[in-house]
Amino acid sequence: MAELDTSGGGGKHKGGKVRTKKKATRVDLTAMVDLAFLLITFFILTTTLSKPKAMELIMPDKDDKQINQLPVPATRTMTLLLGDNNKLEWFVGEPGKTQPTVIGYGKEDLRKVLIDQDKAIKLSHGGQGMIVVVKPSAQSTYKNVVTVMDELNITGIDSRAIVDITPVELGLLKRDGLYK
Amino acid sequence: MPRVKVARKSTAIDMTAMCDVAFLLLTFFILSAKPKTQDPTKIGIPAATIIGPIPEVDFSTILIGQGKVFFNVEGDDVRKKTLEIMGDKYKITFTPDEKNTFSGVESFGLPIAQLKGFLDMDAKQRSTIAQPGVPVDTTNTNELYDWVHSARLADKYLHDKELKIGIKGDSEEEYPTVQKVISTLQKQKIDRFNLITALKSK
Repeated sequence: MAELDTSGGGGKHKGGKVRTKKKATRVDLTAMVDLAFLLITFFILTTTLSKPKAMELIMPDKDDKQINQLPVPATRTMTLLLGDNNKLEWFVGEPGKTQPTVIGYGKEDLRKVLIDQDKAIKLSHGGQGMIVVVKPSAQSTYKNVVTVMDELNITGIDSRAIVDITPVELGLLKRDGLYK
Repeated sequence: MPRVKVARKSTAIDMTAMCDVAFLLLTFFILSAKPKTQDPTKIGIPAATIIGPIPEVDFSTILIGQGKVFFNVEGDDVRKKTLEIMGDKYKITFTPDEKNTFSGVESFGLPIAQLKGFLDMDAKQRSTIAQPGVPVDTTNTNELYDWVHSARLADKYLHDKELKIGIKGDSEEEYPTVQKVISTLQKQKIDRFNLITALKSK
């Protein structure tokens, strides 16, 4: 591949004048290109092109001592209790009064329930939407919480909060085998 | 019939243009490169569909994995200032060398009492040592609280911006650890977090 350009060089020089050989101006770039591509590959592989993304989570202020808080009917609130083994149960209303239903986190389960209940509550409460209270138990995982918040984002339910679980609700989870 | 001779072409190609392109790309990648950072613990982040970008400066990340908590704040200058404020608070004096080392350490998970020893190690030892995690509990005066508070002060002092907080948790992490971190942050009136997640389709 290496090329030597010998054109123009004085081959036969008769007599006195000694011409200096014209050097080739072309350089072999093969090795240089090889090296450049090697480095490119290295940098492509070591950089993180995909920047990390994040979901925003806004927690209710803890110190707001009942300022600007209106009572809401329990019939408008839906409680999600997150148990172990990627299962959760939900009920509308007060704990113990309505029987919870055990579901999974899938598209067909959680999202469907959220959409259906939101519609039903809007109908019965004159357009006012559902309030969702998320109560993760100690055996639920971080992923579960993120999934629930994401489903709430997808279904467009803005009134939601993450709240600590109460002993009564833990009892419900235990009874249904979602908490050991 | 005279045979038609195909002129033999030279196999050498002019590589100037190729070389130009290669170096252009190389320059681009070198300049845009931000080396992958190694998390001190294995973290598989959960996925979500509705997510937004997170800032690269004035940002602090709290890593949660295997029940341990790690702390990181972006920017070498902010990190250094944070350490100074923490040193004042805990009555530990760090040497300039230690401060410089700290400004290059991405995330760490150590009680502040062990930090001095950690900074005196060489880089290789530091990457292999098992870190116990920044102490977090439900009291008002845990170390994570002070770290976050110092980082906020440092960022305010240096950049005059509010520090944003991101939480990078392992998918399988049990909720109580996350809750401890969140309640620690809420004690200093931080109610907005960025949960660092991967993208998934609906």
